[in-house]
Amino acid sequence: MSADEISKWIVIVFILCGAIFCLLSAIGLIRFPDVYTRSHAATKSATLGVLCIMSGTALYFFLFKGHFSAQLVLAIIFVFITAPVGGHLITRAAYRTKVKLSDKSVQDDLRAALNENDYRQEDGSPQEAEPS
Amino acid sequence: MFQAMLFFVLIILAAAILFCLYRVLRGPSMSDRVIALDNIGINLIAVTAVLSILLDTDAFLSIILLIGILSFIGTISFSKFLERGVVIERRRNQ
Repeated sequence: MSADEISKWIVIVFILCGAIFCLLSAIGLIRFPDVYTRSHAATKSATLGVLCIMSGTALYFFLFKGHFSAQLVLAIIFVFITAPVGGHLITRAAYRTKVKLSDKSVQDDLRAALNENDYRQEDGSPQEAEPS
Repeated sequence: MFQAMLFFVLIILAAAILFCLYRVLRGPSMSDRVIALDNIGINLIAVTAVLSILLDTDAFLSIILLIGILSFIGTISFSKFLERGVVIERRRNQ
């Protein structure tokens, strides 16, 4: 086995691991019961999968083409930062628009915290947002 | 062998995108659909990276950054729209 073969296999292992993580996150997106668990599946494992695939691509271009791609490293950092932020924002919007939790969930700490802060009015409609 | 494995990876990613598409069509709430669309964007990044290996070019690597930025902006504007009803708030000085 030459060095060329071995580095090809390393790239294949990276990319295959990433693709399997992406597939598992999609299966979780189908099978989980409510929005919050689905966002858990979609955000974490899809980020790890796409990071594995882009690491494999950067390794391929470094080993076989001989140039280190800074755009791929930038994309890895960008996805790593923005995917949790997007997941948090959309889950927060889901809770504030009163999407129900699944029947199996046993605890809802955020409801008590929001009622203490008096975010919701008596009829349940959200108050006007504070001007910043 | 290398090319066959890359095609296999592309098939896996296409299956993942199809599963997300099922959630986009069937999602009970709007937030489900936005989460699934965000996941489709992330899978498209992966598809673009594998295609750039398969076609043996580095012209697609800046497209990866572009898709990532557009997917993130779409997600945060959708979540702001769901939460407040508007995307851009105009009442700044009140």
